[in-house]
Amino acid sequence: MTSHRYIPNGEQVTQEMLEELGISSIDELFADIPKNLRFQGNLPIEDALSETDMLRHATELGKKNQNLDDNICFLGGGVYDHFRPLIIDHIIGRSEFYTSYTPYQPEIAQGTLQMIFEYQSLICQLTGMDTSNASMYDVSNAAAEAVLLAINNTRKAKRVLISEAINPEYFEVIKTYLHFRGIEVITLPVVDGKTDLSRANDLISPETACLVMQNPNYYGTLEDVKQLGSMTEGKTFSVLITDPISLGVLEKPGNYGIDIVVGDGQSLGNGMNLGGPYLGYMAVSRKHIRRIPGRVAGLTRDSRNNRAFVLTLQAREQHIRRYKATSNICSNQSLNSLVASIYLNVMGPQGLQEVCRQAYAKATYLRNGLLETGLFNETRGNTYFKEFTLQYRGDAKELLDALKQENILGGIELDNNEILIAVTEKRTKEELDKYLEVVRRFQ
Amino acid sequence: MSKLFFTNEHEYVQVKDGIAYVGISDYAQDQLGDIVYVELPELELDVAVGDPIGVVESVKSASDIFSPVSGKVVEINEALEDQPELLNEDPMENWIAAVQLSDESELDELMDEVEYKAFLESEA
Amino acid sequence: MSHYNTLIFEKSTPGQIGYSLPKLDVPEVDLSNLGELRQDLDLPEVSENEIMRHYLNLSLLNHSVDTGFYPLGSCTMKYNPKINEDIAKMPSLAYLHPKQPLETIQGSLELMYGLQEQLKIIAGMDAFTLQPAAGAQGELTGLMIIKAFHEKNGDVHKNEIIVPDSAHGTNPATVAMVGYNLIEIKSQADGGVDLEALKAAVNENTAGLMLTNPSTLGLFEQQIEEIARIIHDVGGQLYYDGANMNAIMGKARPGDMGFDVMHYNVHKTFSTPHGGGGPGGGPVGVKAHLAEFLPVPVVDKSDDGYFFNYDRPHSIGKVKAYYGNYGILVRAYTYIKSLGGPGLELASDMAVLNANYMMKRLKKTYALPFDQVCKHEFVLSGIKDHPEISTLDIAKRMLDFGVHPPTIYFPLIVHGAIMVEPTETESKATLDQFADIMEQIAREGIEDPETLKQAPHTTKVGRVDEVYAAKALILKYGDMTDDQIRRD
Repeated sequence: MTSHRYIPNGEQVTQEMLEELGISSIDELFADIPKNLRFQGNLPIEDALSETDMLRHATELGKKNQNLDDNICFLGGGVYDHFRPLIIDHIIGRSEFYTSYTPYQPEIAQGTLQMIFEYQSLICQLTGMDTSNASMYDVSNAAAEAVLLAINNTRKAKRVLISEAINPEYFEVIKTYLHFRGIEVITLPVVDGKTDLSRANDLISPETACLVMQNPNYYGTLEDVKQLGSMTEGKTFSVLITDPISLGVLEKPGNYGIDIVVGDGQSLGNGMNLGGPYLGYMAVSRKHIRRIPGRVAGLTRDSRNNRAFVLTLQAREQHIRRYKATSNICSNQSLNSLVASIYLNVMGPQGLQEVCRQAYAKATYLRNGLLETGLFNETRGNTYFKEFTLQYRGDAKELLDALKQENILGGIELDNNEILIAVTEKRTKEELDKYLEVVRRFQ
Repeated sequence: MSKLFFTNEHEYVQVKDGIAYVGISDYAQDQLGDIVYVELPELELDVAVGDPIGVVESVKSASDIFSPVSGKVVEINEALEDQPELLNEDPMENWIAAVQLSDESELDELMDEVEYKAFLESEA
Repeated sequence: MSHYNTLIFEKSTPGQIGYSLPKLDVPEVDLSNLGELRQDLDLPEVSENEIMRHYLNLSLLNHSVDTGFYPLGSCTMKYNPKINEDIAKMPSLAYLHPKQPLETIQGSLELMYGLQEQLKIIAGMDAFTLQPAAGAQGELTGLMIIKAFHEKNGDVHKNEIIVPDSAHGTNPATVAMVGYNLIEIKSQADGGVDLEALKAAVNENTAGLMLTNPSTLGLFEQQIEEIARIIHDVGGQLYYDGANMNAIMGKARPGDMGFDVMHYNVHKTFSTPHGGGGPGGGPVGVKAHLAEFLPVPVVDKSDDGYFFNYDRPHSIGKVKAYYGNYGILVRAYTYIKSLGGPGLELASDMAVLNANYMMKRLKKTYALPFDQVCKHEFVLSGIKDHPEISTLDIAKRMLDFGVHPPTIYFPLIVHGAIMVEPTETESKATLDQFADIMEQIAREGIEDPETLKQAPHTTKVGRVDEVYAAKALILKYGDMTDDQIRRD
């Protein structure tokens, strides 16, 4: 192959360049690779697909999927079908945002830098915390990094306490990180859907780095965040995993004295994309400001004395601190944090509260309807926000299959015929009634 | 009567009445550039030679301060918390931590002012 | 006049809204059932059109690949093809929940499986995970795999990772994250691994070595087989940092060089956009003896179709929720398909030709510490015979010409390093133009040093004060004082 639409130098120009270099073929530029290491022949990957053929191939692949335009989504478990305002794609489709790199040259990257500063501000307003970083890969990693922050700043750290009611995907990630650090994980049991904090007091010692809880927890049940804050104060780090939408109405974790708040920005206007990319937010109280991992943007001024922004606190980071850095992270989910910022600005206080009001009312409508059929047990307490768990008295798989027949993805099947059901503001009464109608067939 | 010593990490030790005042040399502050943050050790901390007793950060670097002597940290220069630039302005006046010496013979391992000047020239 | 720097908070007007939601069609429920509610929600109140204008004005302050040349060494800022974006946004491939039934995502699983197969071929590795979200997380995953391997063999005493001093900062930072000790070895003058230093550093505690090849100086490490032998002889594992894969596609493969585990940066090699600093993707590949340790799940195939395989008892576990940055992986897959095997080889050919052409031009005016054939990038050391002219000033002056400066002050082993990586997606005309600019700046630096020291002159934003930011630590709107906030 001698030309491709992404590669501007054609044969003639290539020839000119070779002459300039005084060589006869490009191959000579690879003569420094020892002969026995040179790859022989051609990469056995099919020849280039033209633009039309590639589009056709992608369409064919897409036909083997069933996406959520054709199915009503009650799946949640950390990823939610909230409405994505259309303006988002118009902004993130700007080349100046998505084809730029980390803002290492602040004079030609103020767009990204100011965006990050605003994102940090919005996350702090939402969580009530003092300082946010510029975002991390996703909530599972933000939670793991929060735990590492606690470990690195607890002199005798040997173990961490983690609620059994956090999302199992996040739990698995934290467990992996800690295994390789030689830190023990002690789980706090769940009673009536809530984390049993009554025994946690006895488990906290100078060797305990932190206590991790999620609100609403994996089962959708609301936790006692106030107690988490008060019982850990002065003793160990508190780490709270949050649902950003719920913070439209729930008390700010910052008001409960939580040390580190994390959460996933998927709900804030980011597409589902089969699991990523999303963003993990992390916000801390002021006293931990120099301990946070990841990038941070700060306000400054330029040589003309105009307001400007720049990456700051960099002496914590891997490119300067190397082995002693607060983390190895070398990126942020910049484009996803732009999405989250746009979402929060579009919604504003009224819109976000309206999303909460609708999600809660619709979740209540469906939950009450399901309980009225007499086919379900309340196994995870009776508090919830936009997601709840009920136990089906029959075979949950059978029920979910029947719903699927009607193009309803009815929820995530847990053990013991429990089903985790998420209801966003996007669901209509008609859709909720359809769900109930299918369930009633089993009465 | 005070005595002044230097290390090859460009720290100085000013000894007065059995207490070692540890700071960074003028050369060190010049190399670091604008200092934006100083992390101080905890009071009462017991340190051995080579133990970390602080960090000095500029925008583009972070340097650990290692104790050149053994002993107990008896005083820290809290003014540096709000005014890290003091290290640029007058590093000899603005020591970072004071260590009660437990073994004065360790000072024999350090350079005196004349030796340090020669060391700087050899490094250049 | 100032550049556009109005904060969205300063545009907020009480009562303005930017959202549109349907009316609630079920009975309202009292929110106070939820427990303690917040008293304030201090978000901006801005209409949709004002939000659009705000972000568009911000975007105009950014340099980007689509705006102009972006020769950042070690970052591979190549063109981001538009078909990648379009396919990644197709609802049939994007509007998918990670917990959907497998039979509803067979197309996406086929794509992921296909990508794993392509990555294996290009790297000469035996198995892949797509889960790591970025190169740094790929490194972390790789070292976890190495540690799990040693643990399974009962070699728990192996607790040292060797890293050359020329390495990217993520390498040593990753070593710390998995609880390994760092053994840093000095590089040779030409940036290659010093075999004597390596031999002195290895022992029975050596768990592995992290290396990139071509090196961070853009030079092919010719002693790689000997290095691999030294590490393998003491039972260590060889980790390949795939940051520089763009130089060698179809030319040489880490798997053939003796590496046991590696990561790609799909946002470098496979053209997925950098997004202003992320998201990226860092798939990790391993040789057969390490395959059982890959994170769960891996995408697998059976007679019933594609599935997520969780049945892997020796897996290190999960490093990220779900299956990786899937939306980014769709773009990487599209890129590989759009180039095909021969196209990928052409990309490496032209990336290396462009770098050598540029190096030849620039070494007339800039110091080139390692004057030999380079791969996809090369490192200069300031202006020839004028070490007093600061690299930072040279970089800031480039901004006046509408190009992004190369990576500066990295690798650390080169004084005043200027690391240039043109990539294959730039034309000779662009390279010539850039070289002209670099030559002009060199002349200015010698004849009129103040021009450089005061630069940039023509950008919308003047030189930014990093010291002020680091001391003031104003990290959010709420940290700003009244006189820093503008009220119109």
